[in-house]
Amino acid sequence: MNMLKLSWKYLIAKPLNTGLNILLLALGLAIITVLILIQDQFENKMTKDSQGIDLVVGAKGSPLQLILSSVYHIDFPTGNIDLEDATALTRNRLVKNIIPLGMGDNYQGYRIVGTNYDYLDLYDAGLLEGKRWEKPFDVVLGNEVAAKLDLKVGDNFIGSHGIGSSSHEHDEHPYLVTGILEPMNNVLDKLVLTSIESVWYTHDDEHDHEKFEASVATSGFPDPGDEDRELTSLLIQYRNPMAAVQLPRMINSRTNLQAASPSFEISRLFELLGIGVKLIQGLALVIIVIAGLSIFIALFNSLKERKYDLAVMRTLGASSGQLFLHIILEGVILTFLGALVGMAMGHLFLSIIVNLNEQGAISSLSASVFLIEELYILGYAVVVGILASLIPAWTAYQTDIAKQLTKS
Amino acid sequence: MLEAKNLEFYYQEKQKFNIPDISLSPGEQLLIIGASGSGKTTVLNMLGGLLKPLKGEITIDGTSLYSLSGASLDKFRGKNIGIIFQKPHILSPLTVEENLKLANYFSGKEGNKIDSILKELGIFDKKHSKVTTLSEGEAQRVSIARALANGPKVILADEPTASLDDVNAENVVKLLKEQAEKFNAALVIVTHDQRVKDHISNQITMGGLV
Repeated sequence: MNMLKLSWKYLIAKPLNTGLNILLLALGLAIITVLILIQDQFENKMTKDSQGIDLVVGAKGSPLQLILSSVYHIDFPTGNIDLEDATALTRNRLVKNIIPLGMGDNYQGYRIVGTNYDYLDLYDAGLLEGKRWEKPFDVVLGNEVAAKLDLKVGDNFIGSHGIGSSSHEHDEHPYLVTGILEPMNNVLDKLVLTSIESVWYTHDDEHDHEKFEASVATSGFPDPGDEDRELTSLLIQYRNPMAAVQLPRMINSRTNLQAASPSFEISRLFELLGIGVKLIQGLALVIIVIAGLSIFIALFNSLKERKYDLAVMRTLGASSGQLFLHIILEGVILTFLGALVGMAMGHLFLSIIVNLNEQGAISSLSASVFLIEELYILGYAVVVGILASLIPAWTAYQTDIAKQLTKS
Repeated sequence: MLEAKNLEFYYQEKQKFNIPDISLSPGEQLLIIGASGSGKTTVLNMLGGLLKPLKGEITIDGTSLYSLSGASLDKFRGKNIGIIFQKPHILSPLTVEENLKLANYFSGKEGNKIDSILKELGIFDKKHSKVTTLSEGEAQRVSIARALANGPKVILADEPTASLDDVNAENVVKLLKEQAEKFNAALVIVTHDQRVKDHISNQITMGGLV
């Protein structure tokens, strides 16, 4: 027998009360856990995906939409830009490198993105098997795409027009899988990557089979020939810090293109989301405070019935300090268990949410990540337990044994 | 073993209790009889280290009880004094055995006699029962067992038979006597129960107020 066991025995003597208190606290902490997990992973992912991209240039529209569509591939593109306008930018001395992106098609909901090798190098993407694309309609699959759709090197598939939902299929040009990327844990996992030429030729009405056999551009822009070609957006790396000041202003005011900075837009997005997050956080805090109150009330009420028990413990040799500890331990055990259950529930909630969303931003989250912040939750919960049991414990500390035992 | 000299106590100054001096050697037994309000429970509380007398001294086994304070008095009480109340006051979330073990734990004495005590009191088969499943007589025997768990030098019983029927009352008194003799402990029973009187010849009658 020891203090911990004694407190535990008293708790399980009232299973419903104890269960309810644990559940209430767990609910509040589960919400906090989910928020922490989502926030951390989103921020992590968002920074990881936008690494090395200083500026995104695309058609005029919402800058946030441009960033979401071109960097994170979750929103729709703002429109297309002329290749000529894009090439003009390459001559700017503030630009170190430009990676072109061409979008517009998907396969089973996974975006087909036309680009060059620089895009792979930007993320240091290595190939798990096969090789990079060399001819039009060669594609390299993100690791998740290959796994989910069960595609291997050498397989063919036919893309559909549109992003996300398919309208009609481009049945004339099957794509050929030439490579599969290793798991990157970033946006590449969910993309079908190919050359800009593939995207252009898919939408052409005439079929020049000679063109299809030519090698594609692996860096810079492909040769448009005598056609008017378009791109969706450009990922730009600055040559020097000066560019951050001059280039966006120059593009936005002097061209019919739009420039948006990923870091700026994402912090703006988090600011917007922050209001919602704060609201949910507030709700969770209210639940936790109520749970604390409920534990306090439960302990305080049970103290009335237990005054005899406490007095008897004193006659058996317990010091008033031990009685104080006895009650505090009850609060701490309750909240400690509440925290454990809460964290488990949080991870469970998240895994349910993730499993319900096969594609899109949420599907890339993981419920099996454990953060140091969760240990803080445990700490906070125990503090709640101590606070809630402080007054009851003090009452127990002051139990007057003789008076308590004499009145019957 | 147990000495109480010149004890004085009152709740209101005009109503002082008339408290006789008590002196018991090991194994000796004493019955304190008196009507309600005569202060006999007060005396027992003082003897048990639960209520500090306003004047006078109580020594148990050479230790002046109220020279101790706080946790050391609690420990001393746990080790040397076994107290039995009118109601059993068994801790209901715990089993019979756990109640006895708790007494060991709080006093810091390692008791390995739990089984033999339970056997002698005839409640060994209730070892793992919760108090709610026990009869009144069994529960009182558990409370006696708990008072004995630390091998006390002094056993104090406050109206131990008041809520029991004749058979159980006689059993309880016999058990108390037997065990006190076995442990060579001083036994003090406070009661107004006529059924107890015949069992212990050494008696003090408290006359109430001065």
